[in-house]
Amino acid sequence: MIIKQISIFLENRKGRINEVTKVLADNGINMEAFCIAETSDFGLMRLIVPDVDRTVSVLREAGFAVILTDVVSLTCRNVAGSLASVLEILAERGIFIEYMYAFSRRETADVIIKPDNLDDCEKVIVELGLDNQGV
Amino acid sequence: MIWNKSKECMSRDEMMDLQGKRLHKLVELVYHHVPFYRDKLQAMDITPEDIRTIEDIAKLPFTTKQDLRDNYPLGLQAAAQSEIVRIHASSGTTGNPTIVGYTARDIEIWKEVAARCLTAYGVTRNDIFSVGYGYGLFTGGLGVHNGVEYVGASVVPTSTGNTEKHLRLLRDLKITGIACTPSYALYLAEAMDKAGITKDDIHLRIGAFGAEPWTENMRKEIEERLGLQAYNIYGLSEIMGPGVSYECECKDGSHICEDHFYPEIINPDTLEPLGRGQTGELVFTTLTKTGMPLLRYRTKDLTSLMEGDCPCGRTSVRMTRIIGRSDDMLIIRGINVFPSQVESVILDMPEFEPRYMLVVDRVNNLDTLQVQVEVRKDYFSDEIGAMLQLKKKLADRLKSILSISADVRLMEPNSIPRSEGKSVRIVDKRQLL
Repeated sequence: MIIKQISIFLENRKGRINEVTKVLADNGINMEAFCIAETSDFGLMRLIVPDVDRTVSVLREAGFAVILTDVVSLTCRNVAGSLASVLEILAERGIFIEYMYAFSRRETADVIIKPDNLDDCEKVIVELGLDNQGV
Repeated sequence: MIWNKSKECMSRDEMMDLQGKRLHKLVELVYHHVPFYRDKLQAMDITPEDIRTIEDIAKLPFTTKQDLRDNYPLGLQAAAQSEIVRIHASSGTTGNPTIVGYTARDIEIWKEVAARCLTAYGVTRNDIFSVGYGYGLFTGGLGVHNGVEYVGASVVPTSTGNTEKHLRLLRDLKITGIACTPSYALYLAEAMDKAGITKDDIHLRIGAFGAEPWTENMRKEIEERLGLQAYNIYGLSEIMGPGVSYECECKDGSHICEDHFYPEIINPDTLEPLGRGQTGELVFTTLTKTGMPLLRYRTKDLTSLMEGDCPCGRTSVRMTRIIGRSDDMLIIRGINVFPSQVESVILDMPEFEPRYMLVVDRVNNLDTLQVQVEVRKDYFSDEIGAMLQLKKKLADRLKSILSISADVRLMEPNSIPRSEGKSVRIVDKRQLL
C-alpha cells in the first residue's frame, strides 16, 4: 500500500544521526525501518514510523528539515528470488524505481519502494497479492 | 512629501554656491581647531583662503578610518568638550572604536536630515513608528528616534533583542512604520509565521531599512511578507548616522543630503575622482558639522552617483545601492571577490534563506572558497539528485559572477547564525606568513 515516509535532511557531521534518534527515543517513537543516502556534505535519512504526524511534529519542533514522501510498501516471502520476481514485473510494466530499501523479519521481508509512478506500482503490488496493509 | 523643499529641491547653481561657502567655513574651522588637519593643510601649503568654491575640494587631503584610530579617542574633535552634548562610538572589531562627539547644532542637523528621510517615505505626525535599531553607542537607534519625534509621529523605542514583544506591540499598538536592518525585517516575518500572525493582523505601511547591504529581491520579499513599502536609509556614524541619504517614493537611488554631506566618488587605488555613473569608493565631507567635522572621509563603501533628475522633484544627487566595501574584498586565487557579489546571487534565488557564510581556506597552497547556505523549507527534496541539482545551480551562478569556483555546502535550517545588527559572514582561515 501507499504510505508516508519521513525524510530528514542532515549535514554530514559527527553525532547528527544520534541527535535524530535521541529525539525519537525521548518521545517514545520506534522506527519500523530506515535507511540513509549520503553525499560528501549532506545526507537524507528516510524512515518509516507508525505515527507519522506526531513524529513529524516532534522532529520539526527539534529544528530538523523534514519532508514527507509517498512510497509503496509491500511484504514478500523471505526466500531467494521473491524480490527478483516482483522487480521483473515492475520492470515489464515500465515502472522506474528511484530508490528502495528492505528489511526481513524471519519468514517475510518488507520492502519500501519509491517508484516514478505510485499508483501503477501500487496496482501491481495488489495484483501480486503482496499488499501488506502498511508495515 | 518633501520635508524641506528649499534645500531638497535647490537649483544646481544655488546648491554649489551654498556648498562652496560651507566648505570654506569648514576648512577655516578645522584649520584653526584641529591640529591634525592644520598640519596636513600646512604641509600641502593650503590655507582656508585657497578654498572658495566646491570645486576646490579636490585640493584637500583625504581622511581615513586609520586617521580616526590614530587620533583616538578625541583627537579630531573641533569643538571644546563643553560644546559636545552627545558621544557615539562605532564597533571596534579591529583596533580602537571610533568615537564621534556631536554638538547641539550637529544633533539639530541630524534631526533635520532624519526628518527628510522619514517624510520622503511618507511618515507623518499620524504615524506610530517603531525603531528596531539598537539604542546605545550605535547611531541607528537614537538617530532615527530623534527624526521620528521631529516629524511629530509617535516613536516606539523598541530597540533590538525582544522579537516577541516587538510583534505584540506592532499588532496591539497598530504601529504603521518601522526602522531596522533588512535582515531583521525578514526575521520578524519568520517570527510572525511561527506565531501565526499574518500581515493582515498588523498595520505596517512604511519600513526604513539600512545599516547593511540589501537587494531588490529582499525589498520585494519584505514588502510582500510585512505588507509595507520598504525604503533604503543610509548613514555612517563617522559622518552623522542614519539620514545621510534616503530613497524617495521612486525607489531609484538614495538622495544625499548634499547641503550637509558633500559626496565624491574616487578610484580607491589611485584616489582619482571619478565622474557620474562610475563606480568607486564613496567619500564624504561634512559641510556643516562642528563636533567632529571630516574632510573627504573615505567610507570604503563602493557605489556610484547617478546622473539625471528624479521624478520626485528633489534635485539632490542620488547614490546607487552599495555594491560592496573596498576593505572586505577577498583575494582568492588572485581574483578579487566581494562578499556582496555572493550575497546578491543568494538573495536572488528563492531556494535559499538570505543568510550565508563564506569560509576561505588554503589547502595544499590553493585557496578554497566554501559558501554555506541554508535551503528554504519548501525547497528541500527527498531526492538526492534534486538536492545536488540545487547545489549545482548555485555553484554555477557563483562561478559566472565570481569567475572562480566555490564549494557550495547545503546547510540545515537555522544552522547559520542570524543577527540583528551587522553580521560577520566571512571566516578566513588562511594562515599567511
